[in-house]
Amino acid sequence: MLNIKNLEATIDNKHILRGLNLDIKPGEVHAIMGPNGSGKSTLANVLSGKNGYEIKGDIKYNGESLSELSTEERAQKGIFLAFQYPLEIPGVNTNTFLRTSVNSIRKAQGEKELDALTFLKLIKEKASELGIDEKFLSRQLNVGFSGGEKKKNEILQMKLLQPKLSILDETDSGLDIDALRIVADGVNSYKNKNNAFLIITHYQRLLDYIKPDFVHVLSNGKIIKTGNSDLGVQLEKTGYLNIV
Amino acid sequence: MKTEDLKNNKDYKYGFTTDVENIRSPKGLSEETIKFISKIKKEPKWMLEWRLKAFNRLKVLKEPNWQKPKYPKINYQDLYYYSAPKSTSEKPKSLDEIDPKILETYKKLGIPLDEQKRLNGIAVDAVFDSVSVATTFKDELTKKGIIFCSISEAIQKHPDLVKKYLGTVIPLSDHYFATLNSAVFTDGSFVYIPPNTKCPMELSTYFRINASETGQFERTLIIADKGSYVSYLEGCTAPMRDENQLHAANVELVALDDAEIKYSTVQNWYPGDEKGVGGIYNFVTKRGACRGNNSKISWTQVETGSAITWKYPSCILQGDNSVGEFYSIAITNNFQKADTGTKMIHLGKNTKSKIISKGISAGNADNMYRGLVDIKNKAINSRNYTQCDSLLMGNKCGAHTIPYIKNNNASSTIEHEATTTKINEEQLYYCNQRGLDQEEAVSLIVNGFCKEVLQQLPMEFAVEAQKLVAISLEGSVG
Ligand SMILES: Nc1ncnc2c1ncn2[C@@H]1O[C@H](COP(=O)(O)OP(=O)(O)OP(=O)(O)O)[C@@H](O)[C@H]1O
Ligand SMILES: [Mg+2]
Repeated sequence: MLNIKNLEATIDNKHILRGLNLDIKPGEVHAIMGPNGSGKSTLANVLSGKNGYEIKGDIKYNGESLSELSTEERAQKGIFLAFQYPLEIPGVNTNTFLRTSVNSIRKAQGEKELDALTFLKLIKEKASELGIDEKFLSRQLNVGFSGGEKKKNEILQMKLLQPKLSILDETDSGLDIDALRIVADGVNSYKNKNNAFLIITHYQRLLDYIKPDFVHVLSNGKIIKTGNSDLGVQLEKTGYLNIV
Repeated sequence: MKTEDLKNNKDYKYGFTTDVENIRSPKGLSEETIKFISKIKKEPKWMLEWRLKAFNRLKVLKEPNWQKPKYPKINYQDLYYYSAPKSTSEKPKSLDEIDPKILETYKKLGIPLDEQKRLNGIAVDAVFDSVSVATTFKDELTKKGIIFCSISEAIQKHPDLVKKYLGTVIPLSDHYFATLNSAVFTDGSFVYIPPNTKCPMELSTYFRINASETGQFERTLIIADKGSYVSYLEGCTAPMRDENQLHAANVELVALDDAEIKYSTVQNWYPGDEKGVGGIYNFVTKRGACRGNNSKISWTQVETGSAITWKYPSCILQGDNSVGEFYSIAITNNFQKADTGTKMIHLGKNTKSKIISKGISAGNADNMYRGLVDIKNKAINSRNYTQCDSLLMGNKCGAHTIPYIKNNNASSTIEHEATTTKINEEQLYYCNQRGLDQEEAVSLIVNGFCKEVLQQLPMEFAVEAQKLVAISLEGSVG
């Protein structure tokens, strides 16, 4: 599904990704761990097509080169990023935003757009699965949401948009114990043999719930170690010092 | 003809012209022109005298020059002050008598004058160049004693009301453009709501400039008698022309005891092309008097069109406990310039005013909020709240805020908040990541920014306005 070869990314003269290789197949869950500032969010941004990076190397997504595609085209083709810091958009109703989003993607995929009523039913169902109070849907997007509420809102969007590749950037940070479990359940219930996950995290506790097929350590813009789910457990004990 | 080339400009969909035969006044501004207008409108003598008085005052007045947008000198002798489709030299009695070309024009504009095609129960007065061509739903309103007609008709049929209120809010010699309007105004709407009557539908006037080299000078007068309520909507468009056209309207509102007037404008005059050629000069005087106790006047405006907009819908809060509100969205793109805001003059006790202004600039445009809050010494316990937010798109546009504040008594309070933000790249990225393209994302963020004002508009208008906001900013980001 995703093949990254020798990826380099530079922004504002800062060389962040320095030759990164990664392959993800449908049905797989990959975890990326690594010290602060090692380039994890940069990788997520480069994959989703944020502007401003100077890029070298090659990224293929389902056989197609990503470099020519805009951010929205990538989203329309099934790449989803749950933001480390979700943005607030004042004056824009959460429900309206999510419906616009779902319909933009449906339209691009040649599907019929959902009318307000059908969408409301759908979103209420997904929200209740995640224990999100309906009241949030009529609030302004992310405005005044607590850190954890914002993260849950990202997962709600993931469930609505049904992406093929979901990148979660520290979605577990800031979640309380119950919320962590709900979010993990959300991921597990959505996981199937056709979609894949790239989960960026600092903590093993999320990986206790969502068992990754691979754990990678990113340091200084490169993947320096790859292992199975045991690697996460080991890192939790020893930290990065021994391997970096 | 260059006007033909302009038709290729896709962005302004109202830019077509209608080919009708016109009757015009002699060219230029003169006593002869004024007499011509008054005569063709079969006006009583007092009206002509009033106009001539204004014309005499005009001779000693100078065009104001304190406003920020500068414009090339207007040659007033090179304009026509009256232009009407020949077919309407007598106001048509029924829709059958209106030139089908004009009916077609309004249909194209999305304003069906045909009462069968009820426009969500909105009564419409349609003004085409200098004359009102049709007023719908008259019978239904007449039953309630509501008068809704063209000002020309009101001058003939309701002279006492017109005489009593015309020029009482905007005095004859107020300033250059207002006085010019008093001398040469051609048509506009008149509304009278009798005591204790809630107007059962939205009243609406649709202004259309069609003829070239013609100024549009309409005059609107709305009177809400004791305990009454009315909501009034105004819309406007003009063809694309490479010359600048002058639009200098006067709008006067009077609210008596316990009455409320809600006045909404969606102004979409032709803004000129991307290089700043052509477009309407929109120099308008709008003023409301809360003359009675507990009265309320609320202005809502969405200003997206015109090459230069220069207007300050204002409230004179005379009655005790009266309330004035001003909600404004001003969008300027390309080379458009807007200098707009409000004046809230507090005279009565416990008067309250609220100002919410949202300015959006893109391209090379310039957007200025200019406002005055003046609390006089007898206006004890009065309050004002002002909030001015500016949103910038790109690096070449400008936003400015000039709030003048005068508070002459210690029991009153004035609060002012202002913000300037740039459209946030991170927000756009977030929207794009969710599948929205750039235009959709901008439209969403901008509509969110304007929400408090859009909410004030009547439902049908709000939807239109939202689309208009998006269209005006098309192509302004990346
Ligand atoms: N626009 C920029 N200009 C300069 N430096 C940048 C820019 N964006 C990111 N960086 C730097 O690049 C490095 C990688 O940032 P990134 O956000 O990818 O780290 P991260 O691995 O996600 O860290 P964390 O675990 O703290 O979230 C950091 O040192 C950061 O300061
Ligand atoms: Mg990060």
